Amino acid sequence: MDLYRLGAWQLRELLKKREVSPLEVVKALLQRIKEKDGRINAFLTVDEEGALEQARRSEALIQDVEQYPLAGVPVGIKDVLVTWGLRTTAGSRMLENFVPPYDATAVKRLKEAGAIIIGKLNMDEFAMGSSNENSAFGPVHNPYDLQRVPGGSSGGSAAAVAAGLVPVALGSDTGGSIRQPAAFCGIVGLKPTYGRVSRFGLIAFASSLDQVGPMTRNVRDAALLYRVISGHDPADSTSAQLPPHDVLDVVENSQSLKGLKIAVPWKELEGADEIVKDRFERVVETLRSLGAEVGEVEMPSFRYAVAVYYIIAPSEASSNLARYDGVKYGLRIEGEDLVDTYFKTRGRGFGREVKRRIMLGTYALSAGYYDAYYLKAQRVRTLIKQDFENVFAEHDLVIMPTSPTPAFKIGEKIQDPLTMYLNDIFTIPANLAGVPAISLPCGFSPEGLPVGFQFMGPLFKEDVLFAAAAAYEKARGEYFNRVAEI
Amino acid sequence: MKELSREEVLKIARLARLELEDKEIETLRRELGAILGYVARLGEAGADNLDPTFQTLAKPTPMREDEPDEPLGADGVLANAPRKKDGFFVVPKVIE
Repeated sequence: MDLYRLGAWQLRELLKKREVSPLEVVKALLQRIKEKDGRINAFLTVDEEGALEQARRSEALIQDVEQYPLAGVPVGIKDVLVTWGLRTTAGSRMLENFVPPYDATAVKRLKEAGAIIIGKLNMDEFAMGSSNENSAFGPVHNPYDLQRVPGGSSGGSAAAVAAGLVPVALGSDTGGSIRQPAAFCGIVGLKPTYGRVSRFGLIAFASSLDQVGPMTRNVRDAALLYRVISGHDPADSTSAQLPPHDVLDVVENSQSLKGLKIAVPWKELEGADEIVKDRFERVVETLRSLGAEVGEVEMPSFRYAVAVYYIIAPSEASSNLARYDGVKYGLRIEGEDLVDTYFKTRGRGFGREVKRRIMLGTYALSAGYYDAYYLKAQRVRTLIKQDFENVFAEHDLVIMPTSPTPAFKIGEKIQDPLTMYLNDIFTIPANLAGVPAISLPCGFSPEGLPVGFQFMGPLFKEDVLFAAAAAYEKARGEYFNRVAEI
Repeated sequence: MKELSREEVLKIARLARLELEDKEIETLRRELGAILGYVARLGEAGADNLDPTFQTLAKPTPMREDEPDEPLGADGVLANAPRKKDGFFVVPKVIE
């Protein structure tokens, strides 16, 4: 049996029946990583020793499914979530040797559920990018075509899950960074409602947008991880006062979508590739065949979403990244005096995209421009929020393609930041409004590249997302649980 | 396209404490100009009379009980410091 092909739930079942041991699972995955990751570059750190040790310890936990729902299940973590004692780089030279003195809440909850942290996954530097080409440690290669990007910024997480290097992983999503790479790599990616999962220990990019979420090969695994990482955390003041969200029964029982009202903002999809539109139209047919009512709506504010995002996210980033000063942690390039040390450390420690966004955000927040850029963007953000509210008054969900194109070639867009930014056009609205969204695979292009679409739902209605996602998965099972042959 | 001057780019870089190489300055001037030119469409959205949405949950900052818990400790705080001495961060001399 190829253990690397199994998802978290399947592994859990085998472990519980003692058909395999956690040690066998971890060894099989470490072997798979050794064989394949040289060509993918998904891992920045493989914690071989730690994973073997955790596997030995999880032996004793595997029968207690209630307390330890992930006992013996290996998980990969995007390198933007801090891990106690395990190097965490955020894909940056700035943090190349940073060893965190604590765990992010999402990581802590995985560990408490018995999961085995097998390593840290590559990403665009500080989660800024849509292609993973902005990593200081080299690009990640899409396992479906090594010449192409896996998407970003959670590109390492997506590629690792798609290639069977890990059954499941965590990513983070600020403007599509879970969903777009999930779509490019043919897997499932959930961005929960803002506030649903604690951001404590998530290295901050844009604090009003960032969310942590699962990346998996099937819907049930996403629900399993989501239940473990969700729920109130006093360490994050934006964390919603809600218990962990259990949607496993919803996933289990979902069959028909009878009575579900789904909205499509067709006018906003005009920029998508023909192949993406074609696969998306098939999704609509499938959902109709399951009983859903799919109707057209207008969400005209969506055409401003990229412009809003590329003011708000860089503004928040320019403030958040002020902490990298060469004093408390991270890189330090000694200058003539303290201020010169700041300049040199930051000038050399940050990569091109990060500098570009710090510059953009600093500009948008600077005296004389605040009203014209930052405040204006926040007002247009209200329009986007209202478009969602209006549509959700009459509909249960909105669907759109996840990305206007399948995975593009490494190097194709990196010289033109604006073209790269426009890639996020379908994912950004959910972040700006805070609503949950899940990207699912919906087939392949003629070249064999995965295509994805997303469900978006009202705030805190992940159960509706999961019900629809599970029904779609049951109808189109051939797109799920796939491991790329490389 | 919005034209930024070299001086404007340098001013922003000073505010952001970023040392830039000469060739970076010209590239950033061009790229930031293109992005800001694109962003200008926000003016057509007709949102000038709307309240801004700074955060989507729009709830007051929650208060918690002031109960002491386990702190990180000086060792944890200093563990990653590039330079440290006697329990302090070390920086270049600020006052002569």
